[in-house]
Amino acid sequence: MTQDNDRAPRRERRGAGSEGMRLPYYPGCTLKTTAKNLEDSALAVAGVLGIELVELPRWNCCGVVTSLTDDDLMRHLGPLRNLIRVQEMNADGLVDDEMRLVALCSMCFNTLKQTNKRLAERPDDLEKLNAIMYLEEDYEGRVEVVHFLEILKEVDPEKIRASVKRPLEGLKVAPYYGCTLLRPKGIGIDDPESPTVQDDFIRMLGAEVVDNPKRTLCCGSYQTVANKDAVADLAYDILTHAREAGADVVTTYCPLCAFNLDNRQREVAERHPDFDSIPVLYATQLMALAFGLGEEACRFDLNHVNPTDVLNAARLVKEGT
Amino acid sequence: MSTKTSMMERISESTRSLTTGVDTKDVKHWVTIHIMGRGYRVPADLTIMTAMEFAGYKLIRSCGCRQGFCGACATVFRREGEYKLETALACQTRVEDGMSLVQIPFVPAGAASYDVGEEKYAYSVFSKYYPEVDRCVSCNTCTKACPQDLEVMDYVQAAVKGDFEALTEISFDCIQCGLCAIRCPAEIAQYHVAQLGRRMYGRHGSPEPEHLKDRIAQLEKGEFDEALEELVGATRDELEKLYAARERESD
Repeated sequence: MTQDNDRAPRRERRGAGSEGMRLPYYPGCTLKTTAKNLEDSALAVAGVLGIELVELPRWNCCGVVTSLTDDDLMRHLGPLRNLIRVQEMNADGLVDDEMRLVALCSMCFNTLKQTNKRLAERPDDLEKLNAIMYLEEDYEGRVEVVHFLEILKEVDPEKIRASVKRPLEGLKVAPYYGCTLLRPKGIGIDDPESPTVQDDFIRMLGAEVVDNPKRTLCCGSYQTVANKDAVADLAYDILTHAREAGADVVTTYCPLCAFNLDNRQREVAERHPDFDSIPVLYATQLMALAFGLGEEACRFDLNHVNPTDVLNAARLVKEGT
Repeated sequence: MSTKTSMMERISESTRSLTTGVDTKDVKHWVTIHIMGRGYRVPADLTIMTAMEFAGYKLIRSCGCRQGFCGACATVFRREGEYKLETALACQTRVEDGMSLVQIPFVPAGAASYDVGEEKYAYSVFSKYYPEVDRCVSCNTCTKACPQDLEVMDYVQAAVKGDFEALTEISFDCIQCGLCAIRCPAEIAQYHVAQLGRRMYGRHGSPEPEHLKDRIAQLEKGEFDEALEELVGATRDELEKLYAARERESD
């Protein structure tokens, strides 16, 4: 990585959606396995909006959960190594002077951003980690970790509206936020108590946003491994409130929330006989649907609770789609 | 019987320690190395393996092909005054003055038993047989330890992503010495994970080679039975002639 002392102050960013916008993109493991429906739909939607997400070469684990302890620096090696890959992408010309790293999974976003923030605040930690990673170039601290929603916010709303080929009229959507997009302070991208960052985009698609008072209630996170019942009870609470608010579907950006709210509905139904199942979608799947993209982009086949009946009822998908 | 004995002798001869009978008068350059804490003066141009034999060790483990292919001679060492713990193959690494070393004859890392034909071709096969892969913190210590200079951490991460093809490509030159596994803070047995991944890729991922299908059909038809019978019935002289005249791939 060349020194950039001579480089002019960061030039005006080109607005998202302008020609040839290319951004480093961090997928994370679930987007290649259980959350392929998030990746496929988001990449397709980004393409329609003129945003090219260029996958980080040789990316590794995001770190999964940020270590909050002072002496557990090893857990920051993984996230930090991904930030170094962004430097390399710029040096190799895979992106053009673009130090923003876009994450789709809100958990990866949170972990990468927390490590980046800690190392910006504690240069002694960064020095230590750079020394341990002597096979890599040093991290210069210039990467900015952003979530896909922040890139969408830069797009001209008219461009999004103009891309809608099949308005989601009549569809009631309850956006679910969980925690990783919102907390802690300094990391979250919206008001942690009453977030709206998903809502505006859902409205642009022609759908109606319904309020769910449990939109930020914890989904149970990794308790899903050892304590399924606790997670099932939380999912019941979140989803039942969405249903009562009139929602047809729930949306999220987090593969772990999606697993707990979608796949765990089997356990929810076992514990709560009155439970009324409800599809849980990645918000980008709805965008792909509204943009008129095909099944290869919508990937409803990968959702646990099949949303096609609900979408059929709203006359949004053709039979068999 | 005599043929067999003779063959064993020839094998024994070909793998004989190269240092046997070194005339120390001819050696101009000497170094001092420490094997398991004890100092030895050895000729400077020896490998670790031959230096140990020169020092009087008879290697019955930690020694195999002597050509850097079998992975038996995993060794850890420190250079004098250095903090870094280095890893190497004893047969491929030259001694240095002040080097302190020990060989690792065996790595206790159990390999799982599975039938690749029965397993689902998905990332979950790794968490099923080697769930510790999910403990990887991407510290890259394994990559630093690999004497083959493989990107070990990258193939472990390829496993976590379910990318069998990348895992196969990155890990292909693994010789299973086990040095990655003994250095891993997450206690992953990387080389076993890689072998599972390559087997899965071979069974489910890579295209079935046409020539293999053709050859199996030929075998099943018995097209080579006669030729095999001829070989089995051949005398030693005939075999040697056939061996000398065999078809060879160009070097």
